[in-house]
Amino acid sequence: MANKLVSDMCLPPHLAHLLAARRLTTAKDVLSLPEVELMSLLDAGLATARDAVCHVSEFACPPCQTALALLDERVRLGGGGRLATTLCGLDEALGGGIPLGKLTEVVGPSGIGKTQFCLKLALLATLPECYGGLNGRVVYIDTESKFSSRRMIEICQKSFPQIFRQEGLAQKMAGRILVMRPASLSDFTKSLEQMKVTLLQNDVKLLIVDSVAAFMSSENERGTTGFTQHPLRWALSFLKSIAELTRIPVVVSNQVRSQSNDDGYHYSFEVKRMGDGDGAERLESHLVAALGIQWAHAVTIRLVFESHSGQRFIKVAKSPMSPAVAFPFIVESSGITLLNDEGIDVSGPEITSIRCQGQNLLGLLPLEN
Amino acid sequence: MAPNETAQKLLLQGAQNAWDMLSEEQSQKHITTGSGDLNGILGGGIHCKEVTEIGGVPGIGKTQLGIQLAINVQIPVDYGGLGGKAIYIDTEGSFMVERVYQIAEGCISDIMEYFPCHHDKSSSGQENLQPESFLAGIYYFRICSYTEQIAVINYLEKFLREHKDVRIVIIDSVTFHFRQDFDDLALRTRVLSGLSLKLMKISKSYNLAVVLLNQVTTKFTEGSFQLTLALGDSWSHSCTNRLILYWKGNERCAYLDKSPSLPVASTPYAVTSKGVRDAGSSSCKRVRVM
Repeated sequence: MANKLVSDMCLPPHLAHLLAARRLTTAKDVLSLPEVELMSLLDAGLATARDAVCHVSEFACPPCQTALALLDERVRLGGGGRLATTLCGLDEALGGGIPLGKLTEVVGPSGIGKTQFCLKLALLATLPECYGGLNGRVVYIDTESKFSSRRMIEICQKSFPQIFRQEGLAQKMAGRILVMRPASLSDFTKSLEQMKVTLLQNDVKLLIVDSVAAFMSSENERGTTGFTQHPLRWALSFLKSIAELTRIPVVVSNQVRSQSNDDGYHYSFEVKRMGDGDGAERLESHLVAALGIQWAHAVTIRLVFESHSGQRFIKVAKSPMSPAVAFPFIVESSGITLLNDEGIDVSGPEITSIRCQGQNLLGLLPLEN
Repeated sequence: MAPNETAQKLLLQGAQNAWDMLSEEQSQKHITTGSGDLNGILGGGIHCKEVTEIGGVPGIGKTQLGIQLAINVQIPVDYGGLGGKAIYIDTEGSFMVERVYQIAEGCISDIMEYFPCHHDKSSSGQENLQPESFLAGIYYFRICSYTEQIAVINYLEKFLREHKDVRIVIIDSVTFHFRQDFDDLALRTRVLSGLSLKLMKISKSYNLAVVLLNQVTTKFTEGSFQLTLALGDSWSHSCTNRLILYWKGNERCAYLDKSPSLPVASTPYAVTSKGVRDAGSSSCKRVRVM
């Protein structure tokens, strides 16, 4: 909509001529100027400028729907649309699984099982609908070279022995997973750009990016003076628009980094009241997601993988429809298995914290600071 | 018309005296947030004719509060509501219609609880209270770029002329696209201030509430990074009220950061399966705590 051409808008002729003469060809050109600047550029009065903005806005404005129509559409397209993770408790908490058309993030320390989770999802999506899959292709962007076909097939054979007994099924299913290994950030953005077309044409039903933070280490510098726009921000809105446009689930994994002391943790009005008492709290929360708070705002669902008190947990840290709940899990030959499907209630901001226990893991953490 | 009133009209066209403003203010109904405590610090709820900004960290419940308001504005006048419609401008794609349905159900079940006799007497009124009718009263715009966001705000004026019963406009969130792909920060500030003026004008002339949800960012002040709402200092002038949602220990809290008429205050609240409610009222289905 933003790039809609002014010439296609059937504006009154005098306005159309005026805009064309000043090279304001798209809605974006016209609308991203403040009124006064538009006046001086058009060399016209306020009334004309307002008239132009008014007309262009009406054409560039997306259509309006009532929430009821939205619900009807959702029902018509098949009951909301979820990709079941086959982890019963988690599926229940998420209302059936990973939602189609949304951006879901999996975040946690290295070695905890993020890739295991992604591998299983990838194969699940290729399965025919009668087995709970989406019966389509999967694009798997593997930025860290961690994708292992053997492990993926092992996970699935162990978790669904009855399905994979069929001759040649594993080959057929694995054949539907397209793995891409971009080598750099520019490679990555390029492949994303190409993807939009590919996804629609090739019946792709799931997009996984594991992990999106790999190219970030150098980009994550947050200066005190202003911020620069980096390509990852673009990738973020792009991934979201892909998800919505094609109505497929997009799953991205994110790394963690240790929290630096400078990280913003409180509002100014809180700090005043608490004085220096927040030092202890800072020590407690060891890790933060590698992509900062802006990224966290943008994902619709965030699953945190963490380990503490000798146990690994999956937490539903952000989701518009789920309670704050954690599930203990183990990783075995059949992939991730929940120890119980009840889940444990988590109160307060603990749900968003990422804890990590055990020296062997700490040694492997990407310490960028 | 009393003689002094006529004199006033002649004195300054379009002005209104402070006393009239007060009585008008007192007759106004407010949009309930679902939580009595939260209404308390807001002076009864979200006010019409004002721009209210609500900010907070991811997952604190901004979208939940936004959806809750879109539902609550539709509570019929008979049940103490405004009986209006809502416009929901979604820039982030976080509007989950299943959740809206759930919150609408929660709202209806609460109405039934508070007005049991009402419900018995008028079976005709009950027909009104279906979650579907609440959903039909939400006009939803999905915005995919900042150009569209500007366009929709410009277009609102016309839309509102055709839909006079709209009493709340919610933008979730006002920040997203402006932070993603606007390169020229000085231009961004000017465009944003133009938008905020338009929103302020719409809220006054159509007697509706404008609620802007905002993201947080970190800012370097006085030697340390602190959380603050996004879009910078000049943007913070553009709202009448500013509410910040934050974690205090294990509780969700709301802090009224800015208001021309109310004292700075904070209160806990909760997000339950029915929507936003008082902190004490959370139904304890799951009791085990980590």
